[in-house]
Amino acid sequence: MTRWLANYAIFAALVAECLFLALATDAFFTHSNLSNVVRQNAFTAILAAGMSLVILTGGIDLSVGSVVGLAGVLSADTLLKTGSLPAGIAMGLVVGLAVGTVNGLAVTKLRVPPFIVTLAMMLIARGAAYKYTNARTISGLPASFGAISQGALSAAVMAAVFALTWLLLMRTPFGRHVYATGGNPEAAWLAGIRVNRVLLAVYALCGLCAGLAGVLVASRLNAGYPKAGEFYELDAVTAVVVGGTSLFGGRGSIWGTLAGAFFIGILNNGLNLFHVETYDQLMVKGVVLLAAASLDRWRAEAA
Amino acid sequence: MNPRSLIELGGAERGTPQTPRREVSLLSAAGLSKSFPGVRALEAVDFELLPGEIHALLGENGAGKSTLIKVFGGAVVPDGGEARLEGEPLPLGDPLAVRRRGINIVYQELTLVPELTAAENIFLGRERGRPLLRRTEMARAAQALLDELGARVAPAAPVRTLSVAQQQLVEIARALANESKVLILDEPSATLSDPEVERLFAVLRRLRERGLGIVYISHRLEEIFAIADRVTVLRDGRRVASSPVAGVDRAQLIRWMVGRDVTEEFPPRSPTPGDTVLDVRGLACPPRFSDVSLTVRRGEIVGLAGLVGAGRTSVALALFGALPQVRGEVRLEGRPVRFASPAEAIDSGVGYVTEDRRRRGLFRRLSAAANITISYLRLFARRGLLSLARERAAAAGAAREFDVRAADLRQSAGTLSGGNQQKLLLARMLLKPRTLLILDEPTRGIDVGAKAEIYALMNRLTAQGLGILMISSELPEILGMSDRVVVMHEGRTAGELSKAQATPEAVMELAIPLTLPSPPEGERGN
Repeated sequence: MTRWLANYAIFAALVAECLFLALATDAFFTHSNLSNVVRQNAFTAILAAGMSLVILTGGIDLSVGSVVGLAGVLSADTLLKTGSLPAGIAMGLVVGLAVGTVNGLAVTKLRVPPFIVTLAMMLIARGAAYKYTNARTISGLPASFGAISQGALSAAVMAAVFALTWLLLMRTPFGRHVYATGGNPEAAWLAGIRVNRVLLAVYALCGLCAGLAGVLVASRLNAGYPKAGEFYELDAVTAVVVGGTSLFGGRGSIWGTLAGAFFIGILNNGLNLFHVETYDQLMVKGVVLLAAASLDRWRAEAA
Repeated sequence: MNPRSLIELGGAERGTPQTPRREVSLLSAAGLSKSFPGVRALEAVDFELLPGEIHALLGENGAGKSTLIKVFGGAVVPDGGEARLEGEPLPLGDPLAVRRRGINIVYQELTLVPELTAAENIFLGRERGRPLLRRTEMARAAQALLDELGARVAPAAPVRTLSVAQQQLVEIARALANESKVLILDEPSATLSDPEVERLFAVLRRLRERGLGIVYISHRLEEIFAIADRVTVLRDGRRVASSPVAGVDRAQLIRWMVGRDVTEEFPPRSPTPGDTVLDVRGLACPPRFSDVSLTVRRGEIVGLAGLVGAGRTSVALALFGALPQVRGEVRLEGRPVRFASPAEAIDSGVGYVTEDRRRRGLFRRLSAAANITISYLRLFARRGLLSLARERAAAAGAAREFDVRAADLRQSAGTLSGGNQQKLLLARMLLKPRTLLILDEPTRGIDVGAKAEIYALMNRLTAQGLGILMISSELPEILGMSDRVVVMHEGRTAGELSKAQATPEAVMELAIPLTLPSPPEGERGN
């Protein structure tokens, strides 16, 4: 029973949260509010999907927020210069993949702890975004770019990202290797898993997710904004941890992450509907994160 | 076993005091017992330490020495029995109280903080001065302690800049700063050079004159003759003998350490060794091991014996591609090989099952099935996607073959018994046929029934032509299962024994080489 509760707590909490808001407010269970919730949280969820992979190996990626900014401005600028929508999108994805790969190389080759590597990359990528734009916003983008972050489309992209991540984690040797590496890196190495390749791949994929989120954010703003994505890394980590993935690595599910992202998103939405101030919302989020992390600790000890 | 070896000589000595201060025992234990799951670490052990005595504690790996000193140190609570210090009952299971009463242990792994100075380490946890530290006073006191030990160590030197020998002296100084009555040293010489050992002995003799009681643990028999007044031998958790060192010779000590029936629990083997599977020449990986040569033939079990720390596990890891910078020649079925990773070794048909299931073997949170298939997932993948049904079928087949007893292979591996976990790891490595299997302590921490099953499995595998290199610290296992025995000592292969030559004494002679002159032949007969 406690085991079940520990593993499915986030889904129960999400359902309870939705039921409560549907009953207590008139505004929650409306088409416009729900599609707004999805649109607002699709970025966080996509970032959290990539972050899940990294955290499952026992690492962390603090650079994703900055990558959203850098990928966004480079994507917008490419679009502006070439006039090609596919080129603009591809640029954002390539930037994310490249930054993620550098993170992965620093973690595996330089053997610097992931926290430090990605903290450094957070500063570097953000600085690069400001330098590239001279701290100005890149605007004048075609309306077609704005269309890709419409509600239905961003929901579809998010769903695709989660479906692919699930497939990767649960139905490929690579996914099993991710869990094994996070659960016991030394045993993984001795079992013949090329641990460094696994780590390199998860950071690259996390970067790719961040690049994708960067394109979507730029599309939503219909501009390349160097400040975009600030603190998104914290939202992504929060979603993963609230979703029940262990920060110690080796345990967690991608559906938990999706539920975690929406639990937080709907919490914000509900607090807005009740006209709770932004400052109070921050504090509530903090308390939820702390509760989720202590649940993880308790679960680790119970196991 | 010679019944006379069980005669307790300590008791008689107490009846006829030689010097006044030897009348009362300083530290004593009566009937100490302790069981861990699957192991009886101590069984009704008595022990007595006199003031001004250096008392050697001797025994094979796993004989119970560590458990005994951990009881004295308060780190392990015994199931039964009592311990007294100067006649007063010792609070068991309370490390701090024990230390306050004057029992100090210098463990094999030093417990100093590398970034702090010698003086800071000596007074760690009982700093003088509150709220502000009296640094000069502590430095002066530390200097006095270090001088007394004859240690040329500056109190202000950070510990990380000191040699291992110097660090050990700092550790002893820390013990003495605490008004020590009893000093327990766990294999202090294991990491020291000969001159350093000599200096340590000089320090210990000085401390003995001050009336301290010293318990000295070592595998090196010559040291026991050089420094100890009395010796207690443990075997399988029991006290086999306690005797003044003057009354015994080396052969007697070895008999006490190893003398037990070793034939009962092992299934008979009828090996028919074939071609050489593994040929190792001059393998080295300093500082772990420096010169290792051995061969393993098809269908053969070669036992790799030696003391803990002789470098056996490192040899296994080097052969398995898990250590960097390995020199020397390794041939697998005649072809020279050099594995850069365990993945390459596995691909070439080499398997390794670790001595440390928890840290290096098992994925506790993955299912039992996933633990079996983890090294060969690509066998179950088509176009990159796993076929869970085929994986499940393979895991179930392997679980049947290796007799893994789990109610459900989906249950997490951490919930299985030690024996079943070990079978999971064997099944993992044998999911595809191997040419060479390296087993590191294959029966450590598992119950007797599972042990017998693993021995039977080893026989079955060698009958099919597999070559097995088996590391074991259990002498009976080495003698009972090996077709040949290779003995390592301090990073080198010290010698090789055929099945007929491999007696407990012969293995121990190679594992603990003699540096002092051997007793005359006449004394060595029974």
